[in-house]
Amino acid sequence: MNFSQIDFQPVWLTLQLASISTALLLCLATPLAWWLANTSWRYRQVINALVALPLVLPPTVLGFYLLLLLGPQGWGGQLTESLGLGTLPFTFAGLVLASVIYSLPFAVQPIQNAFIAIGQRPLEVAATLRASPWDRFISVALPLAKPGLLTGAVLGFAHTLGEFGVVLMMGGNIPGQTQVLSVAIFDHVEAYEYAAAHVLAAGMLGFSFMVLLALYWRTGQRPLERV
Amino acid sequence: MLVDTSLPLEQRIEARFALQRKDFGLDISFTAPGRGVTALFGPSGSGKTTLLRCIAGLEKPDSGHFKINGHCWHDAHKSLAVHRRPIAYVFQEASLFTHLNVRENMLYGWRRIAARQRKIHFDDVSAWLGLETLLEHRPEQLSGGQRQRVAIARALLTSPELLLMDEPLASLDANGKAEILPYLESLWQQLDIPVLYVSHSPQEVQQLADYLVLLEEGRVVAAGELNALLTDPQLSIAHFAEAAAVLEATVIGHDKAFHLSSLAFDGAEVSVSYNGLPLGHKARLRISARDVSLALVQPQQISISNSFAVRVVSIDPDREPSQMLVRCEVGGQHLLARLTRRSIHLLKIEVGKKVYAQVKSVALMK
Repeated sequence: MNFSQIDFQPVWLTLQLASISTALLLCLATPLAWWLANTSWRYRQVINALVALPLVLPPTVLGFYLLLLLGPQGWGGQLTESLGLGTLPFTFAGLVLASVIYSLPFAVQPIQNAFIAIGQRPLEVAATLRASPWDRFISVALPLAKPGLLTGAVLGFAHTLGEFGVVLMMGGNIPGQTQVLSVAIFDHVEAYEYAAAHVLAAGMLGFSFMVLLALYWRTGQRPLERV
Repeated sequence: MLVDTSLPLEQRIEARFALQRKDFGLDISFTAPGRGVTALFGPSGSGKTTLLRCIAGLEKPDSGHFKINGHCWHDAHKSLAVHRRPIAYVFQEASLFTHLNVRENMLYGWRRIAARQRKIHFDDVSAWLGLETLLEHRPEQLSGGQRQRVAIARALLTSPELLLMDEPLASLDANGKAEILPYLESLWQQLDIPVLYVSHSPQEVQQLADYLVLLEEGRVVAAGELNALLTDPQLSIAHFAEAAAVLEATVIGHDKAFHLSSLAFDGAEVSVSYNGLPLGHKARLRISARDVSLALVQPQQISISNSFAVRVVSIDPDREPSQMLVRCEVGGQHLLARLTRRSIHLLKIEVGKKVYAQVKSVALMK
């Protein structure tokens, strides 16, 4: 097999995409999960259902609507243009946004479950020990939810690595900008470059397996069952 | 009705809370001294824990107020957030933070108060509660009793102005209870912090409380001095199998030859097993209703050596139809005698009569 024929750029791009998306996911999913775990708002199930949508929707559906929303005719697109950001489809930033939305349930649900599992008691104890609400969140809720946060981060990361449909709809297939691993593999297969497809696909298989193995090893839990 | 205004505002706890939940209501009002141990006593479901949670601010009452020693924590206009109330709360389960070791658990609240407010010191508390060798342990490595000691230490290290304890012994087995009780007694003697202690165990109340608030179905049935309430035949606690009076007494002498110590109260004198307490030490005696019998004349030639003159204050039916509960006064204090209806009839014991109480056993408590 001739490795020099294989372009490894999609690998780096994919890792970049997954890392940035995971960081953003954690920033977004943690407060959202906290709110969902604690609110008694009567319509919270609506938010729960919205967050879970990417679990059941075909990625193309999600990608299609994101494309419409963020394209030049969509109000999202008009907003980004008026902010001087241009439109997001077919850019790396657009991929990041799509990935965050697409992987949101994979991050939110384990974190939300972890917060629920902690229960009110440790937080009440902290309150009687002079901790303000924010302090309780930082010093008690987050450390106790660490396994859930870890699971959420790893699942979000791994899930972003593997996305295909949303990327294709939102990002197209621009080498060096939006051509991620899964799309590159698809291209290789279409061009009958099975050897190149093998290298990338096997690499991804091995990497994903190692990530999940490390996760199970670390937490001793079964995150997929908790999702 | 149950608000005792004889205490000045600066030296009393004044609580009134009303709250209505789906299956439970609370409508409570009482006054208690601003120092010493006040037991909140009642059967499960009587609202003890809810009351304590209202005081801590963990539960929002529909209306009410809470004042302690001149400071208002809650009324119609304002309600201090939980973390701004100078309380220590010991929950039924120790509820230690599992992500922290013993030392870090103990320092959690301590770190969150201003340095000048730290009146209770880490080394003292670890010594009082026997925690010096456990400081680096994880919570899951501790026994139930050890965990509860850490929880108490953690709460005390916030140098609270009020200590709230919600049946801190309930989740422990007999060994665990026996392990903690002496710590509690000595703690309260060393720290001058008012304590509200929730319990449904008459023994705990007899052993620990100075003042008693009796709760039933979300209401206060009675509130008052321990001795007065424990011996009040109108209250159910006087009719429990474990019914007993608690009397204040002073150590007045020791008899090394017979291994006895003498204690006096209100002119009466009793002997208990030698205890080595210093003369003049104030101790608390528990006298069970079933261990007291009454005689018309000073008993002689009898193996029971503890006997003293009392005056009969009331005679009421007890739970068992064959038995009566006789409340007797000695000086300013009261004790109970559980007698058969027949004895009372034969001896013609009646209210106001001077008789002799013979006490089979006296427990010295602290």
